[in-house]
Parts: sequence; structure tokens; C-alpha cells
Amino acid sequence: MHLAILVFATAIPDRLVGARRRSRSPKHVFVSVFEWFGDLGLFFVRLLRSALTPPYEFRELLRQCDDIGSKSLPLIALAGAATGVVMTLQTRESLARFGAKSFLPAVIVFSMVKENGPIITGLMVAGRVAAGIGAELGSMRVTEQIDAMEASAIDPFKFLVATRVFACLLMLPLLTLAADFCGIMMGWVANTLSEPISLHLFLDSGFKNMFFGDFLPPTFKTMVFGLIIGMVACFQGMRTEGGTEGVGRSATSSVVLASLFVVIADVVLVRLILTVWG
Amino acid sequence: MTDEALNKEHHPAIAVDGLRKAFGSQKVLKGISFEVAPGETVAVIGRSGGGKSVLLKLLIRLQMPDSGSIRIAGEEVTELNDKRLNEVRKRIGFLFQQGALYDSLTVHDNVGFPLSRHSTMPHEAQAKRVRELLSEVGMDEHREKLPSQLSGGMQKRVGLARALALDPEILLFDEPTAGLDPITAAEIGDLILRLKRKRQMSAIVVTHDVHGAKAYSDRMVLLDDGNIRAEGSFEDLQHSKDEFVCQFFGDGLR
Repeated sequence: MHLAILVFATAIPDRLVGARRRSRSPKHVFVSVFEWFGDLGLFFVRLLRSALTPPYEFRELLRQCDDIGSKSLPLIALAGAATGVVMTLQTRESLARFGAKSFLPAVIVFSMVKENGPIITGLMVAGRVAAGIGAELGSMRVTEQIDAMEASAIDPFKFLVATRVFACLLMLPLLTLAADFCGIMMGWVANTLSEPISLHLFLDSGFKNMFFGDFLPPTFKTMVFGLIIGMVACFQGMRTEGGTEGVGRSATSSVVLASLFVVIADVVLVRLILTVWG
Repeated sequence: MTDEALNKEHHPAIAVDGLRKAFGSQKVLKGISFEVAPGETVAVIGRSGGGKSVLLKLLIRLQMPDSGSIRIAGEEVTELNDKRLNEVRKRIGFLFQQGALYDSLTVHDNVGFPLSRHSTMPHEAQAKRVRELLSEVGMDEHREKLPSQLSGGMQKRVGLARALALDPEILLFDEPTAGLDPITAAEIGDLILRLKRKRQMSAIVVTHDVHGAKAYSDRMVLLDDGNIRAEGSFEDLQHSKDEFVCQFFGDGLR
């Protein structure tokens, strides 16, 4: 994690804060990092204020849910399925050495549900959605579309930011379920190709010792990933400056930062879940 | 008499006093003051990068001035809370330099967007109103197109229809004819003139096109190096002895 923070700290001055601050002295790096987090905090406060005051933009929220949820589904399903297959192939071989092949369904199910499904969903959405939001809002900023919205007395935080952040927050757990499902099903398919086993038996032995406490916290922790992805991407997009080059910078930094913070949040949340739910 | 009517009667539509704005060390506006009377159209002209567009954005607080006063119909814009500011913004239409149409919405939805947020009209009445506005700028037949399918001049017409959607009392134009061929620029100029006669709105037009502005403006303000260098009718400025004004109105003298 320390390495990640160092990467972030050294990347922030020219990549995120803009071309006008080129100095890379340690003092400037830290000032820039703190400034960035301070601005992000203010952004979050403004987002909450806009999101919680009526009128609400339900139609736009639904459109964003479709854009972020449905349109990410094929990618997430494929990533989950590929992970299930690879995990089965690798784990089967390892378990066979210890004479524990019968544990394979449980290993697949537990690892998909507790970690692989959520983190794969988080990182894939960070890649696809954060880049899209960063570039879209960035391009709206540099072409004055966001100014036009404000000039028409329409709050861009309510219409553009809150809807995207809440759509990410709501869609991540659903996409995680899709990743879990595809991973487990393709795990069974991969296993069956080597050693036929009925789906019923595979699922039965996989879920035998799984409880809701194993399923709910890892699935719902992805809401935090969704919040991070939506927030970081909207923040980077809304503060874009410098024409098309700036749009490109916003898209890239949205993906880099969203992925980085998802990984860091995962570490923290796993520790928290283990502490609270054992 | 309503407060609004009183405001209209006793206050200029726009009053700017001692307005200053700097970006870092670059001073863009150095304390300018001017007024726009109700129903008056003022053209703000000056060199590129002279702070003309910044001035328009300051007027509706898309940017905050460093100091100075901006009064719209008597209300001090720099001191308004968000709710009150939005009420003032609803009374102002803004045509952006590149149109600033929303990429993902059709022409119809672009124009209807402010109405859908602020109007209590039923959906059908809003659609009818949008078509009227599009007809007014000659764009009704293109209403199902996306902004990317329109030329620069067409985008500005749609942007103008959108700016008119809430029946504003004041219109702000940011370079309405920039980047257009002379024929399209003249068409946009005619459109501004027609709107001015029909709607009797106050307007500020930021432009480089001195001769185009002559047709529709009542008065001109010439900005130079962050200050107002000259102010008056086209004829006043044309006969000015000031060297900079002469340079600017050079073509007009010939």
C-alpha cells in the first residue's frame, strides 16, 4: 500500500493538478496531494447537498444505471467467467497434490464470492466506467456544456454528478452478483470437462458451509467501490482544463486513481469485514 | 406595482461597477464600469484575449470577480445565495461561443432542457413551445438531429433558441458570429436584430465584428488592456481621435 501511495504522490503534481504546477519538490508534491484530497472532500459535500435536495433526477439516474450497469454486464460476465475457468484449472492441479480435490467446489465458490467477484468487478468497472465518465464530463467542461447548464440555472452536480455516482453505487453489487454467478458456473464447466460432476453436486458442496455473513459483506462492499469510482471519475472530469489534451488526462487519471483507490479500499474493507463478522 | 416592475423601472438592466478579475498575475479586467438600460443592446468589442468573454461569465457568476459590483435589475449578483442566483439566471439567456449544445441530446431536447427543469407547462405545451422557438431561429426541420450533425451556424441558432427558452429579459451573446462565413454571420446578425425588435430585451453582445454589431447595437463599449477605452454609438467611435479606436474602426473610416 505504501508503494501505491508513493506512486500516487509522485503522479499527482503534473498528471492531476495540471500543467501549471510542474515543480516536483517534496514540499510541492505533498501540498498538491493534500490540496487534491481537500478539493475532493469539498466536492463530496457539494455532491451530497445537491443529491439530497429535491427535485431528484430519477430519469437521468435510470439512464446512467443502464449505461453503467447493463452496458458493463457483458464485460463483467466475461471477466468473471474467465476467472472461474482459470481458478478451476490452477486450483484443481494444486489441490490434487494434497489429495484435496473434493474441496474444489468450495474453493471456487468461496473465492469468487468473497474476493475475486467483488475485486474483478471493481477493477473492470473502474477501467470501463471511470474512463467514460472522466472523458465525458471533461469534454463537457472544455466545450462549455457544463457552464451552459449552470447558466440555465440547472445544477450540474445534481444532473451530471449525483446521478453517475449513485448509479455506480447501485450497479456495482448487481454486477458483482453477475461476476460471481459466471465465475462459479464456468468453474463448474471447466471442472466437468476434466472430471464430470453434476451441477447440483458442485453447487451443493460449494455452498455447503457458506452463510449469509460470507456473502453479504463482500457483495455490498462493492458499493464503496462504486462510490469511489463515481466520485473520482466525476471529480477528475469536472475539473478538466486545457482542451482535448486535458480531456485525455482526465480520462487516464480517472482510471488510474479509481483503480488504485479500489485496491486500497479493498484491503481496508476486508480487514474491517473480518474484524466485524469474523 | 410588483417588485419586478419596480425593479425594471428604477434600475438599469445591468450595472457593472469597478469590476476586477485576474488569473494569477494576469489582470484581465482592471476595474471596468458600465450600464445597460432596459431594452438596450450594447456591443462589447476589443482584442482577442481582452477579457470580453470573461466579462460575460462574471455577469452570471460562472466565475467570481475579484472585486467590484454587478447588478442585474438591481440585484447584487456577487452576494446572492445559490437559490436566488438561479432565479436571476433564469431571467438571463446566454449564447455561448461554440453553442455549447449538449452532445447526447437532440436539437429538440437541447432547447427543451431548461423548460423541462423550470417550467410548469405540461409536456405537450413544452414540446409546442420548443417548436415555436426552433421555428423562430429557422431550425424546426432539424429538430431530431444531434448537435454533431449540425454546422457551426446551425449550432448557434439552436443555442440561441435554447437561450430564449425561459423568456429571458436579458440576453448575453459570446461571439455570435465568430468562425462563421460572412453570409451565415450576416444571417445571425439579422436574427439578433429581429429578436431585439420583437422581444425588446436588453442584451450584451461580445464580438469582433464591428460592422455586424453596428446593425443591431445601440451602443458600443471598446475594451483595451482590461479597461474601457471608449464608449458610444458606432458613429461616435468612428469619429474618435483616439489612435486605438481609429485602428479598431479603421475599416469603418474608409
